[in-house]
Amino acid sequence: MFNSNFSRRNFLGLTAGAAGAAALAACGSSGPSDKGGSGSSSGSASYWSLSGEPGQPIRQAAIDRFNKANPDTKIAPEFFQNDAYKQKIKTAIGAGQAPTMIWGWGGGGLKSYVDASAVVDLTDWLGQNAAVKDKILTSSFGAGTVNGKVYALPIETVQPIVLFYNKKVFEKVGVQPPQSYGDILDLIPKFNAKGIAPFSLAGQSRWTNMMWLEFMLDRQAGSEVFDNVFSGKAGSWSDPQVLEMLTKVQDLVKGKAFINGFSSVTADSNADQALLYTGKAAMMVHGSWSFGIQKANGGDFVKSGGLGWMNFPPIDGGKGDPTNTVGNPGQYLSISSKASAAEQDIAKKFFSTTLVDDDEKAGWVKSGGVPVLKDADSLYTGDDAQFLKDMAAIASGAKTFAQSWDQALSPTAAETLLDNIAKLFQLQVTPQQWVDNMNAVIGK
Amino acid sequence: MTTLAPPAVRVQEPTTAKGGRSGSVVWMAIPALLMFIAFGVIPLLGVLGLSFTTWDGIGDIHPSGLDSWTATLKDPELPHAIWVTFEIMALSWLVQTPISILIGVFLAAFKKYRGFLAVLYFIPLLLSSAAISITYKALLDPNFGLGAGFGVEWLKQDWLGDSKLAVGVLIFVVSWQYIPFHSLIYQGAVRQIPTSMYEASMIDGAGRLRQFFSITLPQIKYTIITSSTLMVVGSLTFFDLIYVLTGGGPGNATRALALQMYQKGFMANLMGPASCIAVILVLAGVLLAQLLRRLGGRGDESQMEGV
Repeated sequence: MFNSNFSRRNFLGLTAGAAGAAALAACGSSGPSDKGGSGSSSGSASYWSLSGEPGQPIRQAAIDRFNKANPDTKIAPEFFQNDAYKQKIKTAIGAGQAPTMIWGWGGGGLKSYVDASAVVDLTDWLGQNAAVKDKILTSSFGAGTVNGKVYALPIETVQPIVLFYNKKVFEKVGVQPPQSYGDILDLIPKFNAKGIAPFSLAGQSRWTNMMWLEFMLDRQAGSEVFDNVFSGKAGSWSDPQVLEMLTKVQDLVKGKAFINGFSSVTADSNADQALLYTGKAAMMVHGSWSFGIQKANGGDFVKSGGLGWMNFPPIDGGKGDPTNTVGNPGQYLSISSKASAAEQDIAKKFFSTTLVDDDEKAGWVKSGGVPVLKDADSLYTGDDAQFLKDMAAIASGAKTFAQSWDQALSPTAAETLLDNIAKLFQLQVTPQQWVDNMNAVIGK
Repeated sequence: MTTLAPPAVRVQEPTTAKGGRSGSVVWMAIPALLMFIAFGVIPLLGVLGLSFTTWDGIGDIHPSGLDSWTATLKDPELPHAIWVTFEIMALSWLVQTPISILIGVFLAAFKKYRGFLAVLYFIPLLLSSAAISITYKALLDPNFGLGAGFGVEWLKQDWLGDSKLAVGVLIFVVSWQYIPFHSLIYQGAVRQIPTSMYEASMIDGAGRLRQFFSITLPQIKYTIITSSTLMVVGSLTFFDLIYVLTGGGPGNATRALALQMYQKGFMANLMGPASCIAVILVLAGVLLAQLLRRLGGRGDESQMEGV
């Protein structure tokens, strides 16, 4: 009796441990349902993209247009939150359950799909459909190209990252928008003295901190440093200018340049945007899509002329070209290689018709974005005209339009980068440690 | 003296434990065993296999021997993650156990509103961890949260942005969520204690405190072990809560093993090292469960001597 008792308890002990294991395993299997539909041969294709304003309604409208024009072929969309989508799409592709159309940011993530032969090469198709290619900005194809072949169609908008500021707060404090990095340093104590945070920052999201580093590095050291990192040159981060830039960033943190509690603010909830339009913060470095959010959530903030914007100012004595910008040269849509021929045809039809039509262009312009489609200038009218013209000018006037680091690098290197950036802002690593950590993952 | 006899319903006859333990009922374990093999053992073997490979989660799986293991064990983040896991485990146990026992004892004795209070206390357990995390995150937001809303100065801390405070908040939210559950377990255990024991001690002149330490605590020893096992092994797998609340931050201050595993596997596309961490987690879980079981003694001594 003792024996059977013992083994039963033993078994229970093991079960408790294994329950933990099962719970952990469940973390990984929260992948897609069978909506990838790789096996279905009916006239429908699936499409996954991001949810939320201002993009989702425009994406939905495009699909509705397509479905209406092609009654016997349907596109079934699904929308996910930004951070959740990044994991979900990876898991789905890995499990061979990818949707027909894979929405993405191009760059390193796209390259990992290409390495796994998960996406279709569109080079020949674009060659045959030159009319489609001609409608899209040439500079946007770069991040959709891997090893000289196009694997993703640039869609939606060109999104440079800019410095936004709250004009009303500047008026209240009686100061002028910064013309240089030195001006920024002068402004910080002035805002802090009035109880207004100089900069809003959603530090928990990490890529928000990265936008700061992208500009600081470019203005301080020029665009070559990251080009070398991107091309996998060993020791690329070991540049005295990089150390100088990292020290400046940590000085900003120490000098209370960012909102109190920035490391618990997330971008997904748009809390950083709210800080700017409520006047709790004076400035914010963010992607141009922020304009649409400020407009949608900020009441009459944008309408009443409260929002100002500019390209990130130059650093005194820095090497970078002040016209340079960073951001997303476009969003990208790929076709899953696991999709059936019929599904691929639907996707290609969607690419060549709806995604390059005038409604699509007008829709994105209306949302406050600069479309990747050419000849949008005439559409820049009304309230958003000045913003759109400025963004288009920044995008086209930039000597270098660098892709956001976390998108350009491989997921492995990007994760290390984001991790170390978070620690840098938290003062958990020194600039030298940061450089060493980052040198270790170059080319990985 | 016979009038002091306890109500018979509450007393479990010790002899009943002997029934139904013969070998012929082994087949009753089969359904559970099948589930366990399908959702426990097989994935576990899969993870063990993956830990000896290099895989980005998308392309082909390449066997790579011990590469993933050396990379994992050499990673300076691993000791830190183990420390954070241990810290959360120890602190949440230390906070939850005394409070749960006290609430449990209180609920067991407080007869009038017991049903009502028990339901009330159970509510946090019904909410999903993600919902709780999002709510607390909003409440603790330094710029738009409770502190800013009511103008309470001491509430305006950088709750989730300061390394020490973030761990504290985490422990608080974990406790808030799970104390009700453990209180219920303790309440049940305390109600199982024969009232005759308390009556006998009363005659011997024992006060409330003495009764608590000499009767209640020893009598719920096995419940403490059960509840502790659930807490300790459960805390190894805290993921959703931390992920939503702090994302492992600030920096890596709250990056426990489960989070480290997720980050390696699903963010950095390093399934090999992520599987190694998963194996470490499983081993730690089994080890801790066994250890706690042993702490409880052999389990065949009687707690009911003389009752």
